[in-house]
Amino acid sequence: MNQELDIREGVDRETVETVANMGSYKYGWDTEIEMDYAPKGISEEIVRLISAKNDEPEWMLEWRLAAYRRWVGMEQPDWALLKVPAIDYNDIYYYARPKSMETKPKSLDEVDPKLLATYEKLGIPLKEQLILAGVDGAEHIVEGERQVAVDAVFDSVSVGTTFKDKLAEAGVIFCSISEAIKEHPELVKKYLGSVVPQSDNFFATLNSAVFSDGSFVYVPPGTRCPMELSTYFRINAENTGQFERTLIVCDRGAYVSYLEGCTAPKRDTAQLHAAVVEIVILEDAEVKYSTVQNWFPGDEDGKGGIYNFVTKRADCREARAKVMWTQVETGSAITWKYPSCVLRGDESQGEFYSIAIANNYQQADTGTKMIHLGRDTRSRIVSKGISAGQAQNTYRGLVSMHPRAKNSRNYTQCDSLLIGDKCGAHTVPYIEVKNNSSRVEHEATTSKVDDDQLFYCRARGMDEEEAVALVVNGFCREVLQALPMEFAMEAQSLVAISLEGSVG
Amino acid sequence: MTAVEKQSPIEARLAALDLPKGGAFGAAREAALARFTAMGLPGRRDEYWRWTDPASLNAPTPVVAKSFDSSDEAPVFNTIDRLKLVFVDGVFDAAASDAPELAGVEITRLAEAADIHWATGLYGSLEAAGQSPVARPFAALNTAAATDGVLIRVTGRAARPVSLIYVHKSEASDPILHHVVKLEPGAELTLLENGPAGARFNKVLEVDVAEGARFHHVRMQGRDHERRAITHIFARVGEGALFKSFTLTANGVLTRNEVVIDITGDDAMAHVAGAALGDGATGAFTHDDTVFVTHGAERGESRQVFKKVLKHGAVGTFQGKILVKPGAQKTDGYQISQSLLLDDDSQFLAKPELEIYADDVKCSHGSTTGAIDDTALFYLRSRGVPMDEAVALMVISFLADAIEEIEDETIKAEVLDRLEAWLARHRG
Repeated sequence: MNQELDIREGVDRETVETVANMGSYKYGWDTEIEMDYAPKGISEEIVRLISAKNDEPEWMLEWRLAAYRRWVGMEQPDWALLKVPAIDYNDIYYYARPKSMETKPKSLDEVDPKLLATYEKLGIPLKEQLILAGVDGAEHIVEGERQVAVDAVFDSVSVGTTFKDKLAEAGVIFCSISEAIKEHPELVKKYLGSVVPQSDNFFATLNSAVFSDGSFVYVPPGTRCPMELSTYFRINAENTGQFERTLIVCDRGAYVSYLEGCTAPKRDTAQLHAAVVEIVILEDAEVKYSTVQNWFPGDEDGKGGIYNFVTKRADCREARAKVMWTQVETGSAITWKYPSCVLRGDESQGEFYSIAIANNYQQADTGTKMIHLGRDTRSRIVSKGISAGQAQNTYRGLVSMHPRAKNSRNYTQCDSLLIGDKCGAHTVPYIEVKNNSSRVEHEATTSKVDDDQLFYCRARGMDEEEAVALVVNGFCREVLQALPMEFAMEAQSLVAISLEGSVG
Repeated sequence: MTAVEKQSPIEARLAALDLPKGGAFGAAREAALARFTAMGLPGRRDEYWRWTDPASLNAPTPVVAKSFDSSDEAPVFNTIDRLKLVFVDGVFDAAASDAPELAGVEITRLAEAADIHWATGLYGSLEAAGQSPVARPFAALNTAAATDGVLIRVTGRAARPVSLIYVHKSEASDPILHHVVKLEPGAELTLLENGPAGARFNKVLEVDVAEGARFHHVRMQGRDHERRAITHIFARVGEGALFKSFTLTANGVLTRNEVVIDITGDDAMAHVAGAALGDGATGAFTHDDTVFVTHGAERGESRQVFKKVLKHGAVGTFQGKILVKPGAQKTDGYQISQSLLLDDDSQFLAKPELEIYADDVKCSHGSTTGAIDDTALFYLRSRGVPMDEAVALMVISFLADAIEEIEDETIKAEVLDRLEAWLARHRG
């Protein structure tokens, strides 16, 4: 416990240290590796091909095809406060796999060293070692104390998953979704699409048709997952879309904490990322899902970057289920993302903590939905949006109290910070209350970086950029503290880096 | 086109109207008709109509509403020395009105405006400007179809408030009124409005507040009647000017009040407030406040204070927005929307939006919904206050923030009286 405190303090110290050695987007390099591509474009053949590459059973193919046929008749939504350049869905590779992955390696030892080196360089070594060694500040952590199992997704395929055996001992299934479809069809059949149905929205439907890989987690009843689970997504190939699908099932009384990280090389042309994350939480179970999204945001002139259209939803299906979403959104040229909570079970709880930073020409439209269906349900939303440069940043959210959701509570706080007079910060909350025993409170503020605080920092010898980073970190504190600590440190330095060049 | 071919809903809506032609506002009306036809009638799929069903406003003819008799209490604003202008089912009634003579104020009936009139360029212009980014089809329809209303030009400080009284007599009346108020620099006017007006009421009020002018508006939207209404206020607020508007709504089957304020001058102030009381037991109650404030100048201050008390299946909606344009530095924008649900059947739906493109601003909004605080109620009961009275006290204190926006003490007292009388009629 003491150690945890030390680390928290370390996080604060780190702020000052990390701002001192800020660099620009440091994950922008690419790996030269021979790839297998499916032909560009989308069609029934491509859907069949992806299914065949993954060696899927017939029912999975049918499921994909049903989604594809539906998607063909759908239109890309335009309600978000985003200017989305036209996306040519036929000019994208839907499947890209390193040649060396043609026959799936049986263990990590068989994985192409080039791939392993890529993750090593990203700070995510795929060895069964103790922690994410490359993460800033990790040296504070005593070896052996914390372990993180990693599923690494490279373009369209999962490269490998660590600590599988150790997790299996506890009964936890952690593998790529393509593997789960083959090994655990009964679980996948039961839960896939049960939270985000194929028909959910344009991007989720597209994903249902063409998802190539992703992670699968099943935590059996009464099990506390012995370590944190993590998926690291890397887009490497050019003109390739990444469509991963994550399914997490946390059975009765179980607990799991899941981390997600993502990066991509710097490229001039934009790339599409359309993921779906589904979480099913049963009675008394709890899931923590943390994301540090650091896709390539495009350059200072708004060229390139990832278009990030993501559907994430947790279904608290039974009583006292609990979910906590924490997200740090610093990357992507366009972010369209609303991790949501369906609070179906009585006394279930949903929490959403978010930091969204948009600099240069980035655009973010992100928030959450809290759908209260059960009695005595609770939800909490804390959103911190930061806009700088020419960026536009929108919080969009829904809090809905159904007639049956008696005695429920919601508290929402959305704060926006503006740095510079060319950016925008917007708040679009929807509140629907249909019973009177529930209480809903919503607060939002918009302001600029406080001059007095800046002056204080400057008077103590910081330069303006450091001072702004420190003030911004203070502004985000509530959310940073909700993150697992490895991520908290990474996120904190990211906050500073993302804002580089926004001052003066 | 053959006679048997079915009319589209918009054609049917227009065919039921007798559209005025020519005169001082002919061009403005034609342009408005073109706007309306291009927009079409609203539907539930439109973003700003997702919570209020416009069907009864879209229909060619209104749903019949019993003419409303309020003779059991003293006329609204009776205690106030004012200049009365009476409209019966949307037609100006000169006999029931005062002579339209007031120092520093020029009043013309819309239907009687000469071909060359000061309001020619203004009529419909603020409405047209307020159509972007969100379409307001009923306002365009109003500009095109209104046959009556008043044109008020204020050059000095009006000694008495101008009071518009809307009487409802015919069960199927469908009045469309369009008023234009122009306050010249430094002028001041208080405008009062009350009465149900008709079975279905479409009203537009365009207000141009020039530099340093002050405009106060207090509106009492009837009580207990069955009227359906769609009203719009479009205001332009100039440098150092003040715009204040308060509305009390007590029942009515459906009421949608849209307010669109454009702050164009530096150091201007705009406050909009509303208190709504809805008892679904008297039929149905849907109340919708849709408010857009745009800051286009520096150091502007805006406030939106909206409170609703709902029971027996009443539905309250608030859609509010503060838009701060690039360069509108030092803006202070505030917005609060709250509702008190007196029972489990009522609903509150809110969308309090901020859209901000300037960095040196202070903008905030809050929204809360819930039941009456049991502890406070218990406190009052334990001191011997009967339940009904305790609830009434809590309701009045809840609405106080909105009512406080009225500056004139006599008018404020009048509003409070009506509020208490309504609560007394709607106990339990």
